[in-house]
Amino acid sequence: MRTGQVSFGGILKEVNLAYVPEAKVDNYVIVHVGFAISVLNEEEAHRVFDTLNQLNALDNPDGDLP
Amino acid sequence: MKYVDEYRNSREADLFANAIRQSTTQSWTLMEICGGQTHSIAKYSLQDLLPKEISLLHGPGCPVCVTPISLIDKAVHIAAQPDVIFCSFGDMLRVPGSREDLLTVKSKGGDLRIVYSPMDALKIAQDNPQKEVVFFAIGFETTAPANAMAIYKAKLDDIKNISFLVSQVIVPPAIRTILDSPENRVQGFLAAGHVCTVMGYREYEPISKDYRIPIVVTGFEPLDILQGIYLCVKQLEEGRAEVENQYSRSVLKEGNLSAQKIIQEVFQIVPRQWRGIGEIAQSGLGLREAYARFDAENKFSCEIHSQERSSECISGLILQGIKKPNECQAFGKSCTPEFPLGATMVSTEGACAAYYRYQSVQS
Repeated sequence: MRTGQVSFGGILKEVNLAYVPEAKVDNYVIVHVGFAISVLNEEEAHRVFDTLNQLNALDNPDGDLP
Repeated sequence: MKYVDEYRNSREADLFANAIRQSTTQSWTLMEICGGQTHSIAKYSLQDLLPKEISLLHGPGCPVCVTPISLIDKAVHIAAQPDVIFCSFGDMLRVPGSREDLLTVKSKGGDLRIVYSPMDALKIAQDNPQKEVVFFAIGFETTAPANAMAIYKAKLDDIKNISFLVSQVIVPPAIRTILDSPENRVQGFLAAGHVCTVMGYREYEPISKDYRIPIVVTGFEPLDILQGIYLCVKQLEEGRAEVENQYSRSVLKEGNLSAQKIIQEVFQIVPRQWRGIGEIAQSGLGLREAYARFDAENKFSCEIHSQERSSECISGLILQGIKKPNECQAFGKSCTPEFPLGATMVSTEGACAAYYRYQSVQS
């Protein structure tokens, strides 16, 4: 079974990668009880900030995000 | 992008809070399912950022809290056997059973080991062939892939001295139970991001449709939760009832298919008791026949009459969102994390423990 070193804020732990066959070096993963259950999608990760930018544009048509 | 700090910015949180305030024209009651979300809400005082019309109820998604007392008693019984090494996640040790908790068994000399992953229990079994190793396999869908893999691997490697005391539960039937209750006040749900990372969110679509209720799959950081609330409130205000995915950086609609495959290989759907709630049909996972020899309940048969100790404790009502922790007479008085009366005060994911730790939410 494939395992990998995952850094938890600098602390390295061996994590089981059986459920994330697509995981590559430098990816961010969600780990639960020793198993990675997803590889974070960078594009999707920005969506919350896109929403914030839209909300901000409605509130302050000329301003950047406060 | 490190996917953590970015989601904790207070000025951006204020922007969401403003948007929620502007969208809200009437009172709405939402429930976050997961104990991890409850913890975040308490830790970051998110309720204080919301308009008074929005109330948050805390759901049953704390695996330690809902593990039935009968299984705690069985765990205590098994862990006390002389040739047993009992392995568990750490926060199960203080959960009160009818007479004792697991920590008491350890203090009396029981070989009880806290493990980080069920795979650690496999290693302990291989290193101690003369002992019977038992792992307390509790959890929701998030933990099921790890527990299933440990059981699958035990069979594959023919490890004979390990068994699993299984208390796996699943979220969707619990949501239906909450909605079916005559006391239900929930008008929208924040579904648990990591449960849906594993299972996806197709199962939630019929629930949303049948009960005409918004369900937003939501993450755990403050901005995630505020965005989840914002999306939920917008649906309610616009008269929509859909399943939306706020936590798309981790959750796919179909979930993690390779994890689901192992879960289905090892487990089947069974009825389960939920502590404080009672039996919910089709709400648990139990071992399939092919894995029955790894079932600790078969290996260590015992008749135990389980009974809740404290009549003061209202954790059942808290788990169903009917009461809040600070509405309990025992809260912070006869019930504290040092001397918990109920499981919701034990686990870090329990609503009572979260309220106790972050006192400000009590106001």
